[in-house]
Amino acid sequence: MSRARHPTEDPLWAKVLITALVLGFLALVLLLPLAAVFVEAFRRGAGAVMGAVSNPDAIAAIKLTLLTAAIAVPFNAVFGLCASWAIAKHEFPGKSFLITLIDLPFSVSPVVAGLIYVLVFGMQGWFGEALIDHDIKIVFAVPGIILATVFVTFPFVARELIPLMQEQGTAEEEAAISMGASGLYTFWRVTAPNVRWGLLYGVLLCNARAMGEFGAVSVVSGHIRGLTNTMPLHVEILYNEYDFVGAFSVAALLCLLAVATLVLKGLLEIAQPAVRGRGH
Amino acid sequence: MTISIRSVDKRFGRYPALNDVSLEIADGELLALLGPSGSGKTTLLRTIAGLEFPDAGQVLFGGEDVTYASAAKRRVGFVFQQYALFKHMTVAKNVAFGLDVRKGREKPSKADITKRVDELLKLVELDGLGGRYPSQLSGGQRQRVALSRALAVSPSVLLLDEPFGALDATVRKSLRKELRRIHDATGVTTIFVTHDQEEAMGLADRVAILNAGAIEQVGTPDEVHDSPATAFVCGFVGDANRIEGLVAAGVFNGGGVKLPAKGVADGPACAFVRPYDLALGGANAFAATLQRVSVQGAVAHLDVTTSAGAAIEAVVARAEASNLSVGQPLKLSTAKAHIFPV
Repeated sequence: MSRARHPTEDPLWAKVLITALVLGFLALVLLLPLAAVFVEAFRRGAGAVMGAVSNPDAIAAIKLTLLTAAIAVPFNAVFGLCASWAIAKHEFPGKSFLITLIDLPFSVSPVVAGLIYVLVFGMQGWFGEALIDHDIKIVFAVPGIILATVFVTFPFVARELIPLMQEQGTAEEEAAISMGASGLYTFWRVTAPNVRWGLLYGVLLCNARAMGEFGAVSVVSGHIRGLTNTMPLHVEILYNEYDFVGAFSVAALLCLLAVATLVLKGLLEIAQPAVRGRGH
Repeated sequence: MTISIRSVDKRFGRYPALNDVSLEIADGELLALLGPSGSGKTTLLRTIAGLEFPDAGQVLFGGEDVTYASAAKRRVGFVFQQYALFKHMTVAKNVAFGLDVRKGREKPSKADITKRVDELLKLVELDGLGGRYPSQLSGGQRQRVALSRALAVSPSVLLLDEPFGALDATVRKSLRKELRRIHDATGVTTIFVTHDQEEAMGLADRVAILNAGAIEQVGTPDEVHDSPATAFVCGFVGDANRIEGLVAAGVFNGGGVKLPAKGVADGPACAFVRPYDLALGGANAFAATLQRVSVQGAVAHLDVTTSAGAAIEAVVARAEASNLSVGQPLKLSTAKAHIFPV
């Protein structure tokens, strides 16, 4: 006689079927392409990969990508922390408008985001003449790439922190203030420590996107090799030139950066059980 | 520290939370703010604390106007409903917080802070647990930490919002005694909010009963129980049978019950009779039929219906109910009824 099934448990065939479906789907759309990237990259051996990655243009692209992330991520971390603090802990008119505004980069196509910057800062744009007069280059230069990346990765930290802070409420802050703590002291000693894991999590997601952003950056970059090419753009150029080994080698490097970010995120979740289960 | 609240109004949007509330609290008093949810009791407590500013009216601490002074300036100790302990700090750090935030000359030395924390943890019987984190404590222990944290700043007034709400019955009972002990030991003026009348009546020197943003009555537990000022107080404090009827020429008549109603204006009225104020037999008795008897310890609860069909509960000594049987006719009388015109 078989053991009676737990009352809320699904029958075996259903469990197997659903699990197989999910795993099969994951393998097809996630694992297989990822594997293909590495297989293609190493088609002509490790030497070719090293060659492609150490090519001066590739190194310039890697440097630019790291620089962009190094500026965009801290900026959005600080902004996200401020915005979520204001939204979650305070009541003010226009609050729901601000929340919508923060979500805007998620709802707008990255290409449109790029075009906005071209329209505003480009040669024929609103500030075009003023910028030329002062010899400041934004579009088709590094500042434009950083601006576009900041725009696209704007919501990650704030979106992570707002629900967390709202859930925590304001009782601890009130307690601190009732004991004589100033607003700033309360923020650093009470609010910030309570969201530090969520903040790190948001920063990691923001970083992953900042390094991988293609659309918006593609519009403002101008694709000048060795100057305004980020890693994703460099991959595209190599691919369009039928340099498959080169394209896939840089892509593999980009994948490794993404995987490293995800591993870090996994480690974070192990270190901090409270973050677990609140996935995306 | 005496506290005076004078004609305080507070609205949240279009919803009035406090409506012309005035209250005097004596130095060293233990006062309960009792009322159903939404009665404004927590808003009143937060207004006293300086966590809310009133729209109109005044709050005075020892004669000084503190209506718009910050909580820190008032030197209040506030115990929050869910304790609001700092999760990432140890118990000792939590208790020391109010001293750690001080600046310059006001800030005690490290050794003094440690000493004070140890004293307080001893007072709430948590000595030795200073190194733990709040998540490693039971509900009752967290409550004690919150209490000692509030006391650390030597507050002029200790304010507690539903201090025992989140605890189970046994812990609640022992902590109630503890709060009384700590209040008596420190002598600090204490105000606590509760919706539990038993808690308010058992612990406080005086009880202020709130309903719909206004104070219905303030008095000692005996006063509000024995001489309720309004129908609301009568129904809220202690058990009471509520009978609808009419008063004519000093006599209440309703639900098959006649009661003397001296001084009550003629017209529709509502009579409250406490179950334990009813007796079997006696003068001016009314007729009823016994529906159910349930014995609880030394007393028996009788569920009866009057000749007009009103359901009434009476509590009598167990011995008196021993030879009663369900369905039999009874005579009940009361020497004490509270009758309010409606």
